[in-house]
Amino acid sequence: SSSQSGMTEREERRFAEVPRESIKLMAESSGVELSEEVAALLAEDVCYRLREATQNSSQFMRHAKRRKLSVEDLNRALRWSNTETICGYGAQDALPFRPLKEGELFFVEDREINLVELALATNIPKGCAETMVRVHVSYLDGKGNLEPQGTVPTAVQSLSEDLLKYYQQITRAILGEDPHLMKVALLDLQSNSKIAALLPYFVYVISGVKSVSHDLDQLNRLLHMVKSLVQNPYLYLGSYVRSLVSSVMYCILEPLAASINPLNDHWTLRDYAALLLSHIFWTHGDLVSGLYHQILLSLQKVLSDPVRPLCSHYGAVVGLHALGWKAVERVLYPHLPAYWANLQAVLDDYSVSNAQVKADGHKVYGAILVAVERLLKMKALSLTLAAEGSGAGLPGTTTGAVGFRENSPGLSPPPEPLSEPPLGIASHLQAGGAGCPWEEWTPVSLPAMYCELYSFFGDSLAVRFSTGPPLGGATPPGPCQPLEGRKEPASSAPNLENTRKMPQLTASMNISPRRDGSPRSPLSSSSRPGRSTSQSRDIFPKARFPLPQAGPPAFSFIIGGRQMGRRCQGRRFQTSFTPTPPLTTHPPRAYAHKLPVIGRVSKPVRRWTCSHYSLHLPL
Amino acid sequence: MAAVQDGPMELDAEKEAKPEILSDGTSNLSGNTASGTLSSSPLTAAPAGGAPKMEDQQTLIAVLQFLKRNKLSESVEILRREAGLGEHQEGSQATDGSGGGKGDGDGGDANSLLSRVSITSAAAPQSMPVKKDQPDVSVVLSAYSQQGDPPLYQVYYSGLKNFIESVLDCHRAELSQLFYPLFVHMYLELVYNNHETEAKAFFDKFSGDQECYYQDDLHILCGLTKKEHLKGNEVLLDFRTSRFVLHISRDSYQLLKRHLQERHNNQIWNIIQEHLYIDIFDGMPRSKSQIDSMSGSLAGEAKREVNKAKVFYGLLKEPEIEVPLDDEDDEAENEEGKPKKKKTKKDSLGSKSKKQDPNAPQQNRIPLPELKDSDKLDKIMYMKESTKRIRLGPENLPSICFYTFLNAFQGLTAVDFTDDSSLLAGGFADSTVRVWSVTPKKLRKVKSAGELNVIEKESDDVLERIMDEKTASESKILHGHSGPVYGVSFSPDRNYLLSSSEDGTVRLWSLQTFTCLVGYKGHNYPVWDTHFSPFGYYFVSGGHDRVARLWATDHYQPLRIFAGHLADVTCTRFHPNSNYVATGSTDRTVRLWDVLNANCVRILTGHKGPIHSLAFSPNGKFLASGSTDGRVLLWDIGHGLMIGELKGHTDTIYALKFSRDGEILASGSMDNTVRLWDSMKAFDEVETDDFTATTGHIHLPDNSQELLLGMYHSKSTPVTHLHFTRRNLLLAAGAYNSQ
Repeated sequence: SSSQSGMTEREERRFAEVPRESIKLMAESSGVELSEEVAALLAEDVCYRLREATQNSSQFMRHAKRRKLSVEDLNRALRWSNTETICGYGAQDALPFRPLKEGELFFVEDREINLVELALATNIPKGCAETMVRVHVSYLDGKGNLEPQGTVPTAVQSLSEDLLKYYQQITRAILGEDPHLMKVALLDLQSNSKIAALLPYFVYVISGVKSVSHDLDQLNRLLHMVKSLVQNPYLYLGSYVRSLVSSVMYCILEPLAASINPLNDHWTLRDYAALLLSHIFWTHGDLVSGLYHQILLSLQKVLSDPVRPLCSHYGAVVGLHALGWKAVERVLYPHLPAYWANLQAVLDDYSVSNAQVKADGHKVYGAILVAVERLLKMKALSLTLAAEGSGAGLPGTTTGAVGFRENSPGLSPPPEPLSEPPLGIASHLQAGGAGCPWEEWTPVSLPAMYCELYSFFGDSLAVRFSTGPPLGGATPPGPCQPLEGRKEPASSAPNLENTRKMPQLTASMNISPRRDGSPRSPLSSSSRPGRSTSQSRDIFPKARFPLPQAGPPAFSFIIGGRQMGRRCQGRRFQTSFTPTPPLTTHPPRAYAHKLPVIGRVSKPVRRWTCSHYSLHLPL
Repeated sequence: MAAVQDGPMELDAEKEAKPEILSDGTSNLSGNTASGTLSSSPLTAAPAGGAPKMEDQQTLIAVLQFLKRNKLSESVEILRREAGLGEHQEGSQATDGSGGGKGDGDGGDANSLLSRVSITSAAAPQSMPVKKDQPDVSVVLSAYSQQGDPPLYQVYYSGLKNFIESVLDCHRAELSQLFYPLFVHMYLELVYNNHETEAKAFFDKFSGDQECYYQDDLHILCGLTKKEHLKGNEVLLDFRTSRFVLHISRDSYQLLKRHLQERHNNQIWNIIQEHLYIDIFDGMPRSKSQIDSMSGSLAGEAKREVNKAKVFYGLLKEPEIEVPLDDEDDEAENEEGKPKKKKTKKDSLGSKSKKQDPNAPQQNRIPLPELKDSDKLDKIMYMKESTKRIRLGPENLPSICFYTFLNAFQGLTAVDFTDDSSLLAGGFADSTVRVWSVTPKKLRKVKSAGELNVIEKESDDVLERIMDEKTASESKILHGHSGPVYGVSFSPDRNYLLSSSEDGTVRLWSLQTFTCLVGYKGHNYPVWDTHFSPFGYYFVSGGHDRVARLWATDHYQPLRIFAGHLADVTCTRFHPNSNYVATGSTDRTVRLWDVLNANCVRILTGHKGPIHSLAFSPNGKFLASGSTDGRVLLWDIGHGLMIGELKGHTDTIYALKFSRDGEILASGSMDNTVRLWDSMKAFDEVETDDFTATTGHIHLPDNSQELLLGMYHSKSTPVTHLHFTRRNLLLAAGAYNSQ
């Protein structure tokens, strides 16, 4: 026996060994008592059989042209030697081999699986991309790689080491303290062409706005991240647009924790988010059908909910404003009478306890004023353009919209998209409005609209048109200031022929210092008019401006902006709104469920599978 | 017994569809099947000289044992008396016998394995001529039973070792060949006689002396320490039953013989007599490198006489086909419907092959199917394509296109291209076969019988009308196997596809209906490879049962069985003239078989690992083989000589292909590379004077680096298959491996 144990020790150096203790334990568990000698013999035989099975299984591996021996290989070898196979270890993933703390015991972790749950699970993975063959010319005339073999469309693209590192560095830089580092990171995010695989991760990070609603700074940074992603020309956002929009909407509409403290300037954040929203919509709105109406519905719902705090209402107004004058006309304007009563009540309460609320109310007031001012101006413009432009008489808004779109420079190219986001939205509205049942909405004529609005705002509205024939200096600074600022030098000859012929004229003009990227600029421009108008309400007498009774008012505008960039031109007709979703309004929260889950199959992959490869080769 | 018929109707339909192929020449072949097969066994267990007396006695003892075990005590007594065997002799035997009996009782597994062996031979009696000769394994093993004193084995062995190390250098290399077979036999003898401790000590002491290329075998050997284990191990049974062949010069042999006789080292001498076959030659002893290049197989080198048979490696005469002389392709397409109408000049290629090659077999040595019109059209297309062929050479390497299988999570196991590179087939570990169209032409099925009835059969475009446009797709999946598909092969006319699988069957699929037509059963064990004859109709398959089989598509039983390999047949290839079949095996030999009589005409040794790829040169003169050790060996078929060794790959070579003109050999491997070799240079530099031809001793130049023309990496894709298009563009295929 002693010699035998000596041999066993020697053997152990060559092979893995099943100790005879294990054999005895196994025998005991099935109720057999084994003598030491029998156990030793059995152990040795078991080892031999295992080795034999392993050796036999290797041929299955070789013929399957693999390097890795699989459980299936071993089972085949067992099956061919008439031995029972081992079930339950066929999974592709490596099984974790773990030590037990007490004693020297190692085991394969074998969790219990709830079969019922597994069977009834609804999230059946669609990850099994189809087997396909792709061809590419590797070497031409035996020289050099023509093109790299290309990336592999797998259901779940695994991240390379480098990408992972990039992701960590970028998120750290953006969310970190160093503003310079942040700038660099944002710039890279905006221009890097190789980060498509990271998109879901970034989108996920951005969806974290909900958890940092107390930290304006972080919210700001996340919004900047959105902007960079949106502006990156190499990224295909696909359905992630929805998620991004929901994050941005959150910043616009929610009563953020940060807004409890009046010292926090959450207004700026809302303004910035609103601009961002319109930008996303303009550049990527075509990726998600019905997005525009969903956004409008959300905004409308907030606006019509008196329980919401004023900062939410403010968000809704700036959001509508950013989406364009058509949005203001369709949502804000019809709601104004109802909303006005509430606002008026707030503004008329001079009690000390109401001071803060009142201040907020003035904000909302200012925002509405700016919005309706633009509405009036744009409507007037569209009407004059329609009347003067094409005799081919499509009536009313349609012509106006079309004419407007054709003449207006529309969108500026990506680098400066925030300047005039609302331009051209008419076309979208038009498309979406066709057969849209969500609201019986009839366009109100411009004079009637002006009358009604005047009844709310009085001279504070009138002063915006009368005091300044559209000379730049006279225009009160508003959120559309960049737009109007541009026309300043040209405004000496503000007739429509000019406008039509030379939309590019303005492109060469001096643009007031661009501040699109910084959240500060919208703040200064949007908060100021709010204050000023609220003061001016009392200052200007009511009757100074005669009501225009008939005919289109003779407003004249210069259309600021630049020629439509190629990219935008391509997008002009892309948006097609399917009949709007049913009236049930989705609060932005509903998007939470649609947030990208990391690793889920995304649309672009599917697209790839069906088209972008070809087997055909001119042989 | 009959072929598997998943779709019997389709089978019938198929038979009706191609009657002219089936009828010609088959009766001729099947007539002499059986005799050819049985006479083919190259292994004879009878010893050449040996000690007959010893052997007789041994047999007697075995018989005695048998009688005793069956309690026939009277017969035992009679036999003992008549044979004059002493009680003591028999007594020593008895202990052995009881040891064996105990082993049977203990190791149930050993028994089951053993019974498996006998089942195999019962199920496929033709395939196992070796085992048939030895019905009782214990009798085979009993050869080991009466050897000398176990502790002295080390002394015997080291005595011989000392002697060999002391002889002159020129003899030492030759005699060193004895080490490995002697070592294995002595070890097995110790194990058989239950001297476990001594066996282990013996192994530990001398296993380090063996050549490194025997490592794999030694690994198996060292795990084996019990007599019961021995019984179930087929590899070692083979080692025992086949005689290890050594080539030794007469001088060296005399030296050895004299030494053993002087020392009365009967132990060693007995083993040499019984288990080794020493092929003695006159002339210079071989050098160490010469020996190393030829050794490495499971059973030593090939006997010289085996490779003496005449092999007709020349190509068959091309059939004369009237080629319409039109330079424009579109005109040719107009002519496709009626190729013979326009009588014009004969194609240059056709006239070139008019002269009979002296090395070619007779045209009708193997009956070949007659050419159909469509085959002739294809030949014409082939000739046209070949006029546009790029002439390859060291200065003009081919372009490579890689067909990457993506998302092949189930495991890509085999690939084949059609000769015209229009279709691609992949075999997968999930039992499926998938066919892709590599041209814009989609794959379409033939319409159903009902729909076919309403088609006007006289119309000109009837071939187009029978296709069902609704089924057009880029790829088709063929379901039918119940195990991984290890081999796929297209028929030359592109109407059929063969697949061989772990489930023991070879299946024939129609590429018209994309259904299975026949399942060829016979191997009973995994079928590792299959390959269509270049003329269609015949195909060959090889598998785990160690035999290769020749089939005809219309016979559900094999026409020939090529038996002789000592381990799995891993790959099979038809010679370009269809008269021969080459097989590679896990026993590390390549064999060439004559299709006419199933004789083994060449045994090519030199590989150090299982052989996984084979390729004939287009002129039929040369053969290339690739193995798991990453080396490609080149063989001259006519002389049966190794003529080149291409080193460079770092992993198993799964793909080999000669360019259409044979100037370049492409090899593809698990190491994710394709390498191109200058095969012309390799063939030209060979010294094929009469001396080397007769002795078979060749000095291989170590010139792999010079012959390597290019090495091309894929990103992470092992190369599973290689194919040269008719214009000499190289196509490679493999599955992307994401790990």
